[in-house]
Amino acid sequence: MNRVNLLQNRALRALLIPRWPQLGVQLAALAGLGILIAVGLVGSPVGNRNLAIVVVWIAWWALLMLMLVPFFGRLWCSVCPIPLPGEWLQRGAVLGPTASSRGSSGEARAQPRRRGLRWPSRLRNLWLQNATFVGLALTSLAILTQPRTTAWVLIVLVGSAIVVSLVFERRSFCRFLCPVGGVIGLYSQGAPLEVRVVDRDLCTRHIEKTCYTGSDQGYGCPWQVFPATLRTNVSCGTCFECLRTCPYDNVAVNLRPFGEDLFLPGPRRLDETFKALVLLGSVVTYAAVMLGPWGELKAAAAAVGTTAWLVYAGTFLVVTLAIAPGLYWIATSVGRAFSRVRATSAQVLSAFTPALVPLGITAWGAFSVSFLLANLSYLWPALSDPFASGWNLLGAAGVGWSPYASGVAPALQLAILLVGLTWAGAHVRRIADELGGGLRLALPVLAFTLVPTLGLMWLLVG
Amino acid sequence: MAPRRLSREPLARAAVGLALGLPLGLFLIWGAGQLGGAQLLRARTAEAGGWSPDALTARVGETLHLRLTSEDVLHGFAIGQSDQPAIEVPPGEIVDVELTFNRPGRYVFYCTRWCGPNHWRMRGTIEVEGEGATETPPLPAYVALGIDIDAPHPAAVAPSRRPSAERGAAVGVEIPARLLSRESNLGLSPVELWQALRAEPGTRDLADSQVWDLAAWAMRATVTDEMVAEGQTLFAENCAACHGRDGAGEAAAARPTPPATTASHAHSKEPVDFTDPQAMLGASPALLQGKILRGGMGTGMPYWGPIFTEDQMWALVSYLWNFQFEGWL
Repeated sequence: MNRVNLLQNRALRALLIPRWPQLGVQLAALAGLGILIAVGLVGSPVGNRNLAIVVVWIAWWALLMLMLVPFFGRLWCSVCPIPLPGEWLQRGAVLGPTASSRGSSGEARAQPRRRGLRWPSRLRNLWLQNATFVGLALTSLAILTQPRTTAWVLIVLVGSAIVVSLVFERRSFCRFLCPVGGVIGLYSQGAPLEVRVVDRDLCTRHIEKTCYTGSDQGYGCPWQVFPATLRTNVSCGTCFECLRTCPYDNVAVNLRPFGEDLFLPGPRRLDETFKALVLLGSVVTYAAVMLGPWGELKAAAAAVGTTAWLVYAGTFLVVTLAIAPGLYWIATSVGRAFSRVRATSAQVLSAFTPALVPLGITAWGAFSVSFLLANLSYLWPALSDPFASGWNLLGAAGVGWSPYASGVAPALQLAILLVGLTWAGAHVRRIADELGGGLRLALPVLAFTLVPTLGLMWLLVG
Repeated sequence: MAPRRLSREPLARAAVGLALGLPLGLFLIWGAGQLGGAQLLRARTAEAGGWSPDALTARVGETLHLRLTSEDVLHGFAIGQSDQPAIEVPPGEIVDVELTFNRPGRYVFYCTRWCGPNHWRMRGTIEVEGEGATETPPLPAYVALGIDIDAPHPAAVAPSRRPSAERGAAVGVEIPARLLSRESNLGLSPVELWQALRAEPGTRDLADSQVWDLAAWAMRATVTDEMVAEGQTLFAENCAACHGRDGAGEAAAARPTPPATTASHAHSKEPVDFTDPQAMLGASPALLQGKILRGGMGTGMPYWGPIFTEDQMWALVSYLWNFQFEGWL
């Protein structure tokens, strides 16, 4: 096995299994979230001077796309503060199973105080997350530039997570609704980090299945996954709860080669395919709106509620929901027709999903470089004077705007896009061969992968 | 294990309280700062609301501490009829300013940066109360002279060439002292001055254009180089955006900029073309000063009375003749 179980390292084991270290980071994130909401509501309405805008949409999003997701997969979900209040209310505890969640005879109860309803079967997929992501994306330019709107988005997310946690079981919000959760889940398949069981047979023989049902050591999987059946990172929130509840120490946190999930045989789900295409369409549209030379397009995207915005929103929906999936469908259909593979159209359509993952994560990475390096200098004065009220906490309130490494950025973006194209191309060739279609099946899909890459090269690098 | 974890739950809850208390504490500290002695004055373009608040109060001799911040673009802050230099207010930054007033009255503060199509509407007032006599503004010259500044004032005659003060000085004709007095000339338009000079016996042999040169020279003799230079600076800072640096009235700010400019904000009249002899040679200095002081009444011409001092307005008027006469500067 080309994997290394990080839990073999005592320091990492001491960091990941006890609750306190994770809770400490979660609380720091929660405090940060509270500050960002307060600053967003009452701080400067000037976006680049408001900590909420600068931290959430410049620093955090770039960190997510360039560092956390590509290298650590879903690790952000393990400390994300958004679902915490809801989860604590649902459990009736912050740290772990408490006296109130124990039976009358004192035995530990596996379930939280509120069990909640099971999330509807028809919605146990990424479709709702596709919808919430697109809904947020349509108004994103207003959200990205208006601190109060950003604060309200954060409040709505926390509120929604609380409501969902009180009605439905476990982390249904994170798994099926969070607009960012779906993005992280899909792209975390490329990351070199995973939580997996060591010996599946041991899980099969374990009658209590405490990793799913819970024990006095912890809760049943909040992400509603039976770890023994985990194939990819998509649905695992790396909350490390199963590390605590497995009585046989049979769960590992593995360091693995990049993109191992992408090699798994068998068809993928169409909601995943669609998610990957929506994200590809979105990043190209974002780059066109924010970095392209079309001022009217940018103005229309920002003028939420106006006729111009309705036209923009319609165009965005057409690009992300019709053109991107449509081009992909044409490419796979042409390949299927030329290669005469036996697989059905839907099977071919979903089979190439693994190729869309590296294409997408690198596209978002290259896009993130453009705004991160250009705008990161706004972070220091915003941290120094979070309420824009004349404070100078870090002595950097007077630091002016200055783009970083502007000479290197285009080369870096080009390199990231080429890595993505090459990585995606390799998967296209492999999958085409596995389907028995060879180069004839691969060529149209390869041509499809060129469309977003070349489009972004033009928009980002020029 | 279990009993230890049980004892830690209250600790965890306390930690949650701390985590939530941190932003709350920061918020309270910020709120306390807002209640302190300094008054936050937010600047937005006139289209977005202008100054907020736009009415302040102060006491004579007491320091008024303002914290200026812009919520959109670069603005400037200045007190009308004051020697205090304008202060830049960059977006999102806090600029502290302390003001002390020596006498009661209503003072106007205004934006000094061309921040939007209706920049000049971005004004506010400071009501200063306390001991001392309120300064009474002098009676405007146009009122004292009984000039109707809204009446048409076309030039009855016009020169065949651009008059030159320099050539006028070289003509060598003695001009009566009454026509070289600034006070007596305030109510005379260049045409009226030319007519008065034309009627003088000493100019009988001169061509009309030479008398125009004499009129230019007589007008230039009533103002100083310093006045004209100050007028030039004031014009560039405050007038050129509409009237143009060349005075022709076709500058960017004079043009409607849809859709940002709403119908109610649009200029109902084009700015005056200072290079047009018909528009200018029939206007007296007092009439021009009156236009500046009172504004254009619905034409888009701002009301400069509370902004410029008396001397500044006369300096501006002295510079305006530069667009009609050669060798003025």
